[in-house]
Amino acid sequence: MKQTKQNPQAAVPIMDAEAIRRALRRIAHEIIERNAPLEQVVLAGIPSRGVEIARRIAAFIHEIEKIDVETGVIDVAMHRDDVGKRPELPLVHASKLPLPLEERTIIIVDDVLYTGRTVRAAMDAINSFGRPARIQLAVLIDRGHRELPIRPDYVGKNLPTATREQIQVRLQETDNEADAVWLGREI
Amino acid sequence: MSTRWARKDLLGLRELSADEINFVLETTDAFKQVGTREIKKVPALRGKTLVNFFVEPSTRTRTSFELAAFRLSADVINISATTSSLTKGETLKDTARNLEALHADILVLRHSSAGAPQFLANRLKASVINAGDGAHEHPTQALLDLYTIRERRGEIAGLRVAIIGDILFSRVARSNIFGLLKLGAHVTLVGPSTLVPREFEKLGVEVSYKIDDVLPKADVVNLLRIQHERQRREYFPGLGEYIRLFGLTKERAKLLKPDCLIMHPGPINRGVEIDSDVADGVQSVILDQVTNGLAVRMAVLYLCGGISTQ
Repeated sequence: MKQTKQNPQAAVPIMDAEAIRRALRRIAHEIIERNAPLEQVVLAGIPSRGVEIARRIAAFIHEIEKIDVETGVIDVAMHRDDVGKRPELPLVHASKLPLPLEERTIIIVDDVLYTGRTVRAAMDAINSFGRPARIQLAVLIDRGHRELPIRPDYVGKNLPTATREQIQVRLQETDNEADAVWLGREI
Repeated sequence: MSTRWARKDLLGLRELSADEINFVLETTDAFKQVGTREIKKVPALRGKTLVNFFVEPSTRTRTSFELAAFRLSADVINISATTSSLTKGETLKDTARNLEALHADILVLRHSSAGAPQFLANRLKASVINAGDGAHEHPTQALLDLYTIRERRGEIAGLRVAIIGDILFSRVARSNIFGLLKLGAHVTLVGPSTLVPREFEKLGVEVSYKIDDVLPKADVVNLLRIQHERQRREYFPGLGEYIRLFGLTKERAKLLKPDCLIMHPGPINRGVEIDSDVADGVQSVILDQVTNGLAVRMAVLYLCGGISTQ
């Protein structure tokens, strides 16, 4: 497994490609079990890794059930609660959800769940598109330290962390690196 | 492309890199999508106050900024030259400092003097957005023109763009020239020699006085309004002659390639720089420009107004 400069020597490997694959496949099974009929499900990824994770879960669901669930993109930048507090702004991506949302189950997909503020913003963003029947949450890593009353419905791995530690998720498609999750200390 | 935005002000396209221009255009995609949602309003600038400070009259640019600010949940105050204390002799700097004392976060400024936005940006903590300063720059107009071209043609690099009309007095032309050249387009300016001096060639554009030679090769023609209010009569003999030599008449429009885009920043002088039939024809993207203007201004306000100015 290749280690890059974003992964200081102190970084500890938490998941490799196979562990990520198994975790996402299990999440796909859980989504199938809890959401009949599956045709109403939309997997809405938060850019950029959440979008890729949503795509992979959809592929597993297709493999298991031969059903194509819809996917979408939900960019939360315009719904964040820290306006004017950052010296630089990242690129906002266009959101894309199949309409209308009524009767559908939207599953928000992201790589890491931390304070819960991103998920809160994602729920606000979804509500501006319409009123889905329900919203659920799937994450690859839950690292704790919630600042809002939000909990995930599907978790790849629970990873208790200290706030000064960093979780780095790397995916082939978004980072051009082998799939991996690292735990590192901020220097 | 760069992945971050770090400017509090938008004063002109001359100072922006190609990366930054592309960054704004990509951000515009996201804000254009907001217009298709059931709720067309996002909380991005909630709690921020925007002052539309228009020392020169303008309806479409001001309302476009105003609606953009509403869609971003900002509060808006409109001040025009006639309602401001400028008529009572207050200096621009004092007026602006008063606005800042009201905790204005974003100042959208239209002014008859080139450099007025720069002057204020250097002195104020608030974000300053240039909505047109004299004959200098009108960056959001050029950005919406670039966005409209990119939306229709996919890429701007390699396109031949003709800007026709009153170039000398046009901030729209200047901002377009800077933006188009940075993104790799080939630009030709066309108009009477009094309004299109050869000096412009120094910017890296071509200058032509023969519209009929330019039209058949153009991928985009951008027609500028003949600005009666800025002109004394001696720049050209009369409107009749202007129309005959440079107007995009129905007859002349036949010279255009079938996929050539026809643009105009508005307001149109129907029958002067462009015939009614041409302005309303299939090649015209004039109303797309208006729609895109709203999305571009949302993107610019979000970017400049959304960063920390501490």
